[in-house]
Amino acid sequence: MRRLVENYPSLFLVVTLLIAWQITFWLVGRNALLPPGETILYLGKLLQTERFWGHIAETGMAFVIALMIAIVAGLAIGLMLGISRTAAEVFEPFLLAGNSIPKIALYPIVLLIFGIGMPAKIAFGAIHGVVPVAIFTLTACGSVPPILIRTAAAMRLTRWDMIRSVLLPAVLPDIFSGIRLGFSLTLIGTILGEMFGSQRGLGYLLMTAIGLQNIQVIMAVTLLLVIVAASVNGLLLRQDRRLRNPGS
Amino acid sequence: MRIFFYRGLAVLLPLVALEALCRERIIPPLTLPAPSVIAIGLWGILAHGTFTAAILKTLSNVALAIVLAVAVGTAAGAALHRARALRALLEPLFSTYYAIPIYAFYPLFIVVFGLGDAPQVTIGFMLAVVSMIVSALAGLDSVPAVLAKTARVLQLGPVESVRSVTLPYAAPYLFTGVKLAVAYAFIGVIGAEFIMSNTGLGYEIRFAYDNLDNNVMYPLILLILLIAVAVNFSLDHWERSLRARRERG
Repeated sequence: MRRLVENYPSLFLVVTLLIAWQITFWLVGRNALLPPGETILYLGKLLQTERFWGHIAETGMAFVIALMIAIVAGLAIGLMLGISRTAAEVFEPFLLAGNSIPKIALYPIVLLIFGIGMPAKIAFGAIHGVVPVAIFTLTACGSVPPILIRTAAAMRLTRWDMIRSVLLPAVLPDIFSGIRLGFSLTLIGTILGEMFGSQRGLGYLLMTAIGLQNIQVIMAVTLLLVIVAASVNGLLLRQDRRLRNPGS
Repeated sequence: MRIFFYRGLAVLLPLVALEALCRERIIPPLTLPAPSVIAIGLWGILAHGTFTAAILKTLSNVALAIVLAVAVGTAAGAALHRARALRALLEPLFSTYYAIPIYAFYPLFIVVFGLGDAPQVTIGFMLAVVSMIVSALAGLDSVPAVLAKTARVLQLGPVESVRSVTLPYAAPYLFTGVKLAVAYAFIGVIGAEFIMSNTGLGYEIRFAYDNLDNNVMYPLILLILLIAVAVNFSLDHWERSLRARRERG
């Protein structure tokens, strides 16, 4: 049994979660939950309507832009601080503190600056994603073997060449982990951004469904988000492991 | 020492710049009041005591979520460390867990638990517990097998072997778990309050925002930032002194 589980862990996990879901449904009743089968059917029905795809496109676009901003800004911050030991030491606590701040409390400020709509969502998603990318980049720069840096100095590489041909390749695996985390956090941030101060998108759909106590929509949208987040994360995780163990 | 000076500058310079921009009304006060105005507002709020109940509510809910997450997470980690098959089953869940938007489950918790403290605490707990489990597992994995065997050879009782073999090895990992759990509990509880609830700091910020009450909103946001940063820094400091003592001893 254990061998079987270890060979197909995700498959067994999905089956277990579906069973747990069904049992929870039997326990708490129809007012709070839909059973798995009905949720999947309802999601299928939603996916056939054009309006639902409009919401998906809206969320998707905000998310992709936010993720790009988060990655570029996170890399820039992480590399800038990572190059100088003093800068790293001065700013690292701020980055770590930034990770433990409930960013949702900052949302009103984002709304006041950007107004309701696309830019606010993007900004909010990017705020969530930028911190882990920056932290992982910074930590990765700190763990580059000093001999590589010294070799680069001995070869009189310019600063830009040093970053491009020494630093970046050395830190790539760690940065990829940061991007993987940034991916999930940006998605959460974008959805949260849509829940307030937005008229479109999956987050908006969730928020209106909460207001109307529309369990069907809540469950279907949640299921869709979980499926997307989990499967993309699974792919990234596999790539992550491949980067870390190039041999296997 | 030089580091602290630079750190002070890194806080002070942006603050001064922001203050100047706000005073010159380049940033309109409706978007952001001057930092000094926010700080004075926070002082007034704390002195007046209007939001003391909300602050205490949030802090007690966060504390409850932390205690539950640390206790349950450590116990579950210890249990999973023995139950290898179950661990193999749950491993992919742990690695994808933080990719899942937990807040999406919040409406379900409200329907199940009602609009009390339970849904917020549950969200905080759910965000925090998995990092505690993962840290506990990593800590237990770090105990060298030979030492576990030595403990058995010396016929140490379970309490004694945990105290003198397992804990010294697992402690740094457990501490990391606690630190993450604290951060996640704050994020979870305040986020949940913000989304939908009728008490707490998150709710008060939302309420002030909906009423465009900047005199309340910004001081409360500042308060949350100060609390989160202070807790984070003191845990960091504590961890550092523990590690220093370990390296000396």
